[in-house]
Amino acid sequence: MKSRYSIFSLMRNALSYHEKWPEAWRSPEPKSSYDVVIVGGGGHGLATAYYLAKIHGIRNVAVIERGWLGGGNTGRNTTIVRSNYLWDESAGLYEHAMKLWEGLSQELNYNVMFSQRGVMNLAHNQQDLRDIARRVNANRLNGIDSEFLTPHQVKDLVPIIDLRGNGRYPVLGASNQRRGGTARHDAVAWGYARRADEHGVDIIQECPVNGFEIENGKVTGVQTAKGLIKAKKVGVVVAGHSSVTAEMAGIRLPLVSHPLQALVSEPVKPVIDTVVMSNAIHAYISQSDKGELVIGAGVDKYVGYGQRGSLPVTEETLAAICELFPSLKRMRMMRQWGGIVDTCPDASPIISKTPVEGFFINCGWGTGGFKATPGSGWVFADTIANDRPHPLNEAFSLERFNSGYLVDEHGAAAVAH
Amino acid sequence: MLEIKCPYCGPRFETEFSYGGEAHIERPKDSENLSDEQWGEYVFMNSNTKGVFLERWVHTSGCRRWFNVARDTVSYQILAVYETGTKAPKLDLRKDV
Ligand SMILES: Cc1cc2nc3c(=O)[nH]c(=O)nc-3n(C[C@H](O)[C@H](O)[C@H](O)COP(=O)(O)OP(=O)(O)OC[C@H]3O[C@@H](n4cnc5c(N)ncnc54)[C@H](O)[C@@H]3O)c2cc1C
Ligand SMILES: [Zn+2]
Repeated sequence: MKSRYSIFSLMRNALSYHEKWPEAWRSPEPKSSYDVVIVGGGGHGLATAYYLAKIHGIRNVAVIERGWLGGGNTGRNTTIVRSNYLWDESAGLYEHAMKLWEGLSQELNYNVMFSQRGVMNLAHNQQDLRDIARRVNANRLNGIDSEFLTPHQVKDLVPIIDLRGNGRYPVLGASNQRRGGTARHDAVAWGYARRADEHGVDIIQECPVNGFEIENGKVTGVQTAKGLIKAKKVGVVVAGHSSVTAEMAGIRLPLVSHPLQALVSEPVKPVIDTVVMSNAIHAYISQSDKGELVIGAGVDKYVGYGQRGSLPVTEETLAAICELFPSLKRMRMMRQWGGIVDTCPDASPIISKTPVEGFFINCGWGTGGFKATPGSGWVFADTIANDRPHPLNEAFSLERFNSGYLVDEHGAAAVAH
Repeated sequence: MLEIKCPYCGPRFETEFSYGGEAHIERPKDSENLSDEQWGEYVFMNSNTKGVFLERWVHTSGCRRWFNVARDTVSYQILAVYETGTKAPKLDLRKDV
């Protein structure tokens, strides 16, 4: 058992100048075989391993990561967490995640800095208003907190907004989820890693998976840079690289990978204490604890595995931010980066068994999977442990692209992020 | 920013074009006899290649004609531009992971 993080451990370690903190997780060499191998050490993969060990008692588990923990989209996103999705299936999944978020720092004994500062989605035209009203009502029927804000109420919460949107993007109203907010993305990966490790999970970094061993339609192992690792079951959670990885097992997916980018500004004093999103014009803004404005943009329209993002997309987003928040016009941007997001035709994830026995896939979260991290890991662990989907992810099967039973969260749910 | 060479208008910036996704996907001819799996494959499945990818573009703000492009989805280098309805030129279809 590792030492607990607490005010006392902090004080104790202060005495040794914080030079004697024990490592948060081991870095073992892989064993020759595991009950379950999770491919991908992002938040979703690490959460899956943690819940496999903690809830299902499956401790002979490895997480195999090509780079470093959280170096994928987990460490690149704008950290918006909300659960106000339109359809019942999505509401169930994302609200389950929200409830886990609400106790996550305690559960992990790691401060994930979950801050329920509220998330607002703006309406700029009559159709936006109708969509928002519909979604707010659908959320309430599902027991999810959701409210409609008039322009006046928006201004009260966000004084720096120009309700006229400089004449281009007038604010006619907004939806608001007060339980929504942000979390510290790296801490989520590290917190799950530390806890999973404590439960016996081997975390193996800098070890790309290059193929799978499949015998008679059943997976038996994973080919890695560190050699063959036998596995009874394999769970693949590799976000933007899902199509490429599934193809190694002969599985086709309906995904398209795009770069999605974000930016942060120079740090300033607090100017905005909630999250404002405008899906119509692809601009999202919040302020980090360090004072930087965190701004999310849209995806490049074409298939891309370059983790950067195209300049016209940056320009479009910043132009929209300047119209809505004229006082930010002279802010300078410090950093810009991109991540590869795996977009799915219905803007909903795939958490599913596959035609290969013992081979499970969790992907398609696209531009908005950070908010689902705890819930995604929880249902995926349950699915892998029991060889069948949990009721919460039954609708999110790969099969739905044959049956046509899509969970269409595009547009209707203000789906981005 | 990509610079795409429209076969009809010449080189222009990416912002003048719209994207049409994977090229050479043919609508199944025997449609009334297709299984749900075959329909699923045609409507939804995608190669999503990391490496050289054959894709469709349309010059929306120009001649408004469709054409095909062979582009590396990692380096974004455009290797060939060719007309719709013609076969892709011979390329080294490298794929990497
Ligand atoms: C700019 C940006 C902003 C975003 N904003 C938000 C937001 O505000 N709110 C929200 O909810 N979501 C947001 N998202 C989406 C969110 O980040 C993702 O959906 C989520 O983090 C996916 O988590 P993951 O653990 O599945 O993937 P990742 O964190 O990407 O983890 C996948 C891991 O798999 C590894 N991997 C890949 N191939 C292999 C291989 N062959 N072998 C071994 N390992 C491999 C990768 O290195 C990576 O570490 C945003 C994304 C981006 C890029
Ligand atoms: Zn043209």
